[in-house]
Amino acid sequence: MHNKSVAELSRELESGKISSVELTHEFLDRIKAEDRQYNSFITVTEDQALADAKTADEQRAAGKASVWTGVPFAHKDIFCTNGVATTCGSKMLANFVPPYDATVTANFRAAGAVCLGKTNMDEFAMGSSNESSFFGAVTNPWGLGNGEKRVPGGSSGGSAAAIAARLVPAATATDTGGSIRQPAALCGVTGLKPTYGRVSRYGMIAFASSLDQGGTMARTAEDNALMLNVMAGFDPKDSTCVDRAVPDYTATLNEPLKGLRIGLPKEYFSDQLSPAMEQQVRNAVKEYEKLGATVKEVSLPHAKLAIAAYYVIAPAEASANLSRFDGVRYGYRCDNPKDLNDLYTRTRAEGFGGEVKRRILVGTYALSAGYFDAYYLKAQKVRRLIQQDFVNAFNEVDVLMSPVTPSPAFVQGEKTSDPVTMYLEDVFTIAVNLAGVPAMSVPAGFVDGLPVGLQIIGNYFEEARLLNAAHQYQQVTDWHQKLPQ
Amino acid sequence: MTISREDIEKVAVLARIRLDEEQIPALENDLGNILSLVDQLSAADTNNVEPLAHPLDAVQRLRADEVTETNQREAFQAIAPATESGLYLVPRVIE
Repeated sequence: MHNKSVAELSRELESGKISSVELTHEFLDRIKAEDRQYNSFITVTEDQALADAKTADEQRAAGKASVWTGVPFAHKDIFCTNGVATTCGSKMLANFVPPYDATVTANFRAAGAVCLGKTNMDEFAMGSSNESSFFGAVTNPWGLGNGEKRVPGGSSGGSAAAIAARLVPAATATDTGGSIRQPAALCGVTGLKPTYGRVSRYGMIAFASSLDQGGTMARTAEDNALMLNVMAGFDPKDSTCVDRAVPDYTATLNEPLKGLRIGLPKEYFSDQLSPAMEQQVRNAVKEYEKLGATVKEVSLPHAKLAIAAYYVIAPAEASANLSRFDGVRYGYRCDNPKDLNDLYTRTRAEGFGGEVKRRILVGTYALSAGYFDAYYLKAQKVRRLIQQDFVNAFNEVDVLMSPVTPSPAFVQGEKTSDPVTMYLEDVFTIAVNLAGVPAMSVPAGFVDGLPVGLQIIGNYFEEARLLNAAHQYQQVTDWHQKLPQ
Repeated sequence: MTISREDIEKVAVLARIRLDEEQIPALENDLGNILSLVDQLSAADTNNVEPLAHPLDAVQRLRADEVTETNQREAFQAIAPATESGLYLVPRVIE
């Protein structure tokens, strides 16, 4: 059962061949037996999951089941779950039990899905390797052969690893600079970052408010569509989300791709890309041509400024968002504070990890008097130039395709000595967050036995088109079904 | 691009994060590297370009000025480190 997709499990439950309680037991047993190797879960909610599964079985017996009823999944530990620890991968929130549900959490609850627990992540979503979590690094289920441990990517490394290891068929995740797409690529799973404003951020612990977006991760495009049906939609409690109708993302998965116009941004195929990686991506694009798509080269002239702009904007917004962690109302508090300033400065020094502190300091600097215009304002202007590049490209083509990462999963510890080396992991993903457009990572092959992903970028609110394109590709390829040894 | 020790200390005060002496050299190095990365922005021509704050240029939605929330103080304060009579306790501020 653990190799089945959400869609398949839903049909198994519907047919009565298995109950949700039995299915939930199977996944919980797998987590107990296997997760020690991966550390993909921070909290496993065994009792609650079994109780929810029992309720789901009762709903089904009463004829009230729908597609997600009784299907197991997990939440990235950035979504507030009422009564269940929500740590954001940090010591600062290690003891935080939210008294409310995020909208995304509430939506999955209402859909009848069974949450098995909270997945591991880089601290406060800042990272590309899941090595900065207070709860320990996550190990990629791929590449374990020769005794090396590889990163699953980040920040949604726990969600990606758990899906790749078949501990859960689907998991929620978030993407601020690539944190869904990059781990999806490194773990050989399928992930989607929706358009900014498509999914409510209420109850999703904030990192960079103009960039953060909750999204989906599973093995198939179809499952991502099923997840997005639950997650997308207007929420009056999130003032940045958009009031726009949500289509049924599964209804258009089988539209033929004939005539789809694909653009390949030349800046993402420079000589910095390894030939092996480029080959896998170009092979994927050829499959699309066989399906009837046309391909042309396009340009994103300001793409090379994306990382610089991001590493002003994201830390600046993070410094504002993380100022709420002060030891007063919730979360970590230092012992024996001698005065208010000591309470603040020591709580924050002790509660935050190194990368988080670095980014808060950079962000504070960028926003401080005398630097605001040169840094934050300048970066926001460059952001508009980057956005304009995408708008221009989408006048000529329907989707853009590119690699997701410069290379497959690297070994733990390889990139931790210099923060900037790690930042360059996001070179292909970051401009998408600055522009706010939707994008997916789809398993597209292997390099040195490790999975690599194809990035598909769409115009605003064209998630249905992306999912359709990914689904059609998954009908003629089987990269997404490969299992780690 | 280098960031001075004074700037780091000043920023740490603004950010309310205590820094120990041993941490400063690594921070000078790491923050300097990050700011060098960021300096690439100065080469961009942004004359007559409006800053982009929200990807869709959305504006703040307004709603009627009516009370819609219920008071959940007890639930919210149940997870606080220290409270008394509905107040959050912190070390003495005023002598």
